[in-house]
Amino acid sequence: MENNIFELQYAMDTFYFLVCGALVMWMAAGFSMLEAGLVRSKNTTEILTKNVALFAVSCIMYMVMGYAIMYGGSYFLNGIEGGETLVADALKDMAGREDGFGGGAVYSSASDFFFQVVFVATAMSIVSGAVAERMKLWAFLLFAVVMTGFIYPMEGNWTWGGGSVFGLYSLADYGFSDFAGSGIVHMAGAAAALAGVLLLGARKGKYGPNGEVRAIPGANLPLATLGTFILWMGWFGFNGGSVLKLGDIANANSVAMVFLNTNAAAAGGLVAALILARALFGKADLTMALNGALAGLVAITAEPSTPTALEATLIGAVGGLIVVFSITMLDKMKIDDPVGAISVHGVVGFWGLMAVPLTNSGTTFIGQLIGAGTIFAWVFVASFIVWMVIKMIMGIRISEEEEYEGADLAECGMEAYPEFTKG
Amino acid sequence: MKLVTAIVKPFKLDDVREALSEIGVSGITVTEVKGFGRQKGHTELYRGAEYVVDFLPKVKIEAAVGADQVDQVIEAISGAAQTGKIGDGKIFVTTIDQVIRIRTGETGTEAL
Repeated sequence: MENNIFELQYAMDTFYFLVCGALVMWMAAGFSMLEAGLVRSKNTTEILTKNVALFAVSCIMYMVMGYAIMYGGSYFLNGIEGGETLVADALKDMAGREDGFGGGAVYSSASDFFFQVVFVATAMSIVSGAVAERMKLWAFLLFAVVMTGFIYPMEGNWTWGGGSVFGLYSLADYGFSDFAGSGIVHMAGAAAALAGVLLLGARKGKYGPNGEVRAIPGANLPLATLGTFILWMGWFGFNGGSVLKLGDIANANSVAMVFLNTNAAAAGGLVAALILARALFGKADLTMALNGALAGLVAITAEPSTPTALEATLIGAVGGLIVVFSITMLDKMKIDDPVGAISVHGVVGFWGLMAVPLTNSGTTFIGQLIGAGTIFAWVFVASFIVWMVIKMIMGIRISEEEEYEGADLAECGMEAYPEFTKG
Repeated sequence: MKLVTAIVKPFKLDDVREALSEIGVSGITVTEVKGFGRQKGHTELYRGAEYVVDFLPKVKIEAAVGADQVDQVIEAISGAAQTGKIGDGKIFVTTIDQVIRIRTGETGTEAL
């Protein structure tokens, strides 16, 4: 009888992990739609190609070497399916545990890989939006290979993997905590994006001859809105799955709080950004509201389990306020980010890390700061070098004429909407 | 025979069409156009940055009518399309040399 319950718990936790992983996989669709909506129609096919290709590249690279670097084990996931004694070993392990049924998570190793791999793809998706409309497709995919196979797994090893930073110090010693990856996934993606954008330069026409900021409106706001809702939904898997376990009352309750807080923070972020945009610009800017919802989600990702519902709403709301200021400030600094990815995931990701000690007494601001600094410095510097090398080998930017014609024709040879007349 | 060409605000198209039907104009051609006049373009805001819309959307209505009906047509269009605000549009009247109905081969006023 006891063995049956153990088997059931193993099955439930594995099932929960897989379903959450599938939800996070769906965030790739959200990013695709968000980015397709916020670029001009002449760059739609290319941004969609980048999004599907980066997802596939991430899955392959993380399988080949990323997972091994981050969590140990062998390359190509050798042996992940478990040996012949898998069932017996697992049962023995669980029966011998002192914490019994309510203890740590128990699940299939393969489900762990599946859940982790979709996070890598999420980090990479963040980059594509920031460099949209002007980066070469193949230069981008080459970067994706290095980012998902090496750069992300390295910092993942220092944090979730529990490894030490080049043998120098261990973030665990400072109590660094990042529940589902405000820093490890989101800020890391933004750091890589920032390095790329700095080397790439702004889109042609974004800044006037006297330095004035010109808007380049996105082509399809219904798609951007759909993308935001898809991301919002996928985030329940992103944060909810990061509890790692469902199979007992305490953890089931924690999962429920994480779902609730994730949703509350998105709502807070959206309302705050919408009101602030109305106050600053005189109009209710939908794209800012969408970024606000995502900012709320990023902000709560570092710690969705300890805040109360009201605290989660406020943490999200602060994220929503930060994102509006950050987007306008980056614009003025001539850091051209068509979808606001650096602000949403980077600046607000940092805020998410810093908000952890507000509700989680096991962490300190110093510890969070050291963790954030380590992740940012590593990803930014490593990415900068990689972008630089790619730039020297093959160039990272399409030609001025191709940019005018649109990346769709230059890189993919097809338009997204060939039957529409040019407006 | 005269060709009356009117550029009007898009939301006034239905009113103009009804006004022309009432005075017995039997056919019009409508085109969606863009341009600017004294109104110039206008600026819009996107993510906190301004951008200029140089060409505003308008509707171009063309009606070929007999010379005796021109004043009535102008009056109908002006009445229906006027809001009193900048950007109401313009009416141009030109002379038509010849009109041919393709189906029957009729020419002149009979073809109108």
